[in-house]
Amino acid sequence: MALGSLSKKKGSKSSKGPPKKKQKGDLFTEKRPEKADLSDDSDVSNEEVEELENFDEDSGSELLSGDVDPLADDFLQGSDDEGTNFAESVSLLPSLLFENSGSDSAAGSDGSDSDSEVSDIERKSRALDERRAREEKDAEDELQTNIAEESDEFWLPTEEELEAEANRPPDLQNLQRRIQEIVRVLSNFKDLRQEGAKRKDYIEQLKMDLSSYYGYNDFLIGVLIEMFPVNELLELINAFEKPRPICLRTNTLKARRRDLAEVLLKRGVNLDPLSKWSKVGLVVYDSQVPIGATPEYMAGLYMLQSANSFLPVMALAPQEKERIVDMAAAPGGKTTYVAALMKNTGIIYANEMKEPRLKSLTANLNRMGVTNTIVCNYDGRELPKVLGLNSVDRVLLDAPCSGTGVISKDESVKTSKSLEDIEKSAQLQKQLILNAIDMVDANSKSGGYIVYSTCSMMIAENEAVVDYALKKRNVKVVPCGLDFGRPGYTRFREYRFHPSLDKTRRFYPHVHNMDGFFVAKLKKVSNSLPTAAAAEKDVESVEEAPLSSVEDAVEGSVRPSKEDSNKKNNPGRIKREHQNGNGAPKPAADKRRERKFPFRKEVPRRTEEKRQALRGTKRKGEGSK
Amino acid sequence: MRPLDEAETTVVFEKLLKFTGNNLKNIVESPAHEGPDPNPGRYCFRLQKNRVYYVSEALVKRATNISRKNLVAMGTCVGRFTHGGKFHLTVQCLGLLAANAKHKVWLKPTSEMSFLYGNHVLKGGLGRITDGIQPGDGVVVFSMSDVPLGFGNAAKSTQDCRKLDPNGIVVHHQSDIGEYLRMEDDL
Repeated sequence: MALGSLSKKKGSKSSKGPPKKKQKGDLFTEKRPEKADLSDDSDVSNEEVEELENFDEDSGSELLSGDVDPLADDFLQGSDDEGTNFAESVSLLPSLLFENSGSDSAAGSDGSDSDSEVSDIERKSRALDERRAREEKDAEDELQTNIAEESDEFWLPTEEELEAEANRPPDLQNLQRRIQEIVRVLSNFKDLRQEGAKRKDYIEQLKMDLSSYYGYNDFLIGVLIEMFPVNELLELINAFEKPRPICLRTNTLKARRRDLAEVLLKRGVNLDPLSKWSKVGLVVYDSQVPIGATPEYMAGLYMLQSANSFLPVMALAPQEKERIVDMAAAPGGKTTYVAALMKNTGIIYANEMKEPRLKSLTANLNRMGVTNTIVCNYDGRELPKVLGLNSVDRVLLDAPCSGTGVISKDESVKTSKSLEDIEKSAQLQKQLILNAIDMVDANSKSGGYIVYSTCSMMIAENEAVVDYALKKRNVKVVPCGLDFGRPGYTRFREYRFHPSLDKTRRFYPHVHNMDGFFVAKLKKVSNSLPTAAAAEKDVESVEEAPLSSVEDAVEGSVRPSKEDSNKKNNPGRIKREHQNGNGAPKPAADKRRERKFPFRKEVPRRTEEKRQALRGTKRKGEGSK
Repeated sequence: MRPLDEAETTVVFEKLLKFTGNNLKNIVESPAHEGPDPNPGRYCFRLQKNRVYYVSEALVKRATNISRKNLVAMGTCVGRFTHGGKFHLTVQCLGLLAANAKHKVWLKPTSEMSFLYGNHVLKGGLGRITDGIQPGDGVVVFSMSDVPLGFGNAAKSTQDCRKLDPNGIVVHHQSDIGEYLRMEDDL
């Protein structure tokens, strides 16, 4: 290689040095293409520069800055002309000077050839000695490391480097490379870590790089890093960058999938059946005609719908002649699917709160030939009052959420969601799910199910809401029949959820090739409410303080209508909510939680005591009668 | 939501009659399988916000506790009353009409899209036509694969159509399924 030729040319001084240098040099040239590009001189200069940088690494100064090379090049070109080893070291010395911004070595010399010869020679010999000493030390260090040399390469950038980067426009290639490196280090942290760097530092750096490379805000990236191991995180983020394939669902009220596929193929649409879990889905790869404007679409033979929207309806499994409520129905993809499954029998109440979306809902219903639906425009929280408590067989609640699972459709979610948004959504979802549960009749012959789904991946909007429902009402989680998803979390960081939550299902873009989604199916066990005392004693999983006020508010709104059923319940006081017979571990869990957050329960406990006292006097009054 | 009064009922039935003729009794008397009751009920017409809906009685019963402000739609929309009191059939009743239509017209594939953009049916685009059409009759327009595309008024009788030149209008366009995309807001 070039270095070999150099030593031949110049009569190498250090025998140990060149072979070792050569190894390192090769590696460095492979991994630093940018440096190769910059130097239009031979590889020699490259390798020498890189050796120097190795020295610099020892002192911990910057490795990745680009402005080193032009200077180094000039000096090394000068060195080639001179043609001696000494000359080499002379040229290297000033390069050392310019690269080592923090170090004090060789402060005095300025590196041009015009200085006085004597002092030059002194300096040269000193520099050469230093250099040799360093090489020896370095060689020893290298001998001691027992792993591939690549492991030594990656160093976390220092403060100055980061500041410098912040001032420059982001270097995407650099960021991408650093992300890959950190992921590699984290995957084998024990062996590959930089000394003195904690895991936290790596993760912080990764967070910053990911948010600037992909455009996320800090909150979202922080949450994603907590939820996924690093390799999966990268896959997930890459999956979010690409759109998911377009799917359509055959309207079984009007056509069969086979016939529809034939007709569309004739029109020039390239499609395939969706998957084995769906008999009505088709996925469109590409199409010569606009798929949303074919005469078949307008005749209502199919509906454009993403694959994840099939799931809650499949979980709901509506039967013929049932009464179904869809609490957030627009634009109507799921509602029409439900109607198709029911073959236009029974009755569906399709509710939508936002007026502008009602038009598309009615249009879709009419287009697809659905006749068993009543469309109304209420806030979902008022529905039980209108439709009556315990009056329907099944409820589908596809709750409004933060939309963190559909980033591939809507990039603005990356930057616009914050903790408050998530909390607000979670609050609304909790109220909605309680209202949904209240509408269902537990004693219905064929039903009694609630399906709760969101297109978000946040734990606070998914498992936490279902857990809340489990505490507040007599429901239990049942398997949703979608076995190809990932089970939901039963524990996450400091949260502890009911163990049956592993029957809920989560879907991810990088695993299932559909948007991020969550589905949970609940069965209402009994129409009566669990007693208030039991409800309050069961401490909620760790959530922020505003939540306890939310629950009071929810309790307050629901309570007036429930006074009768509550009074009936009081004699049968100890009503266990978790019907699965988890009474024994519960008190222990309560104690654990109580120990952690005693003061958090003060407010609800005080109000609860007041309520108890009130009820106690009432009962006494009744008893005395 | 209220039932139609006499005048309104006559108007609506007149319009429907133009398309269905004797089959009108099918529309009015067909058994309704909607609703959770095991026995099929009947259909009826209801008026809500100037729109006429064709709903089964079971649904109507259960829609009564939804307040007038919040009830948006029920069953199938048949048409709407304009501000001036006239009644127009809208495209949403196409399914109903197509099942009971007396006069039908089938379009060639090349002229399907033209009709779906709102143009009238020309003689050159005509594939098949049923006999016995009089000018002014309601006609339902199908594609050659029997997919209903819309409906309109016949401009000429069947005999006259045969004598027409290719650019003559056969059916005046009234409504078509392209309106779901073009005029979703107005439906």
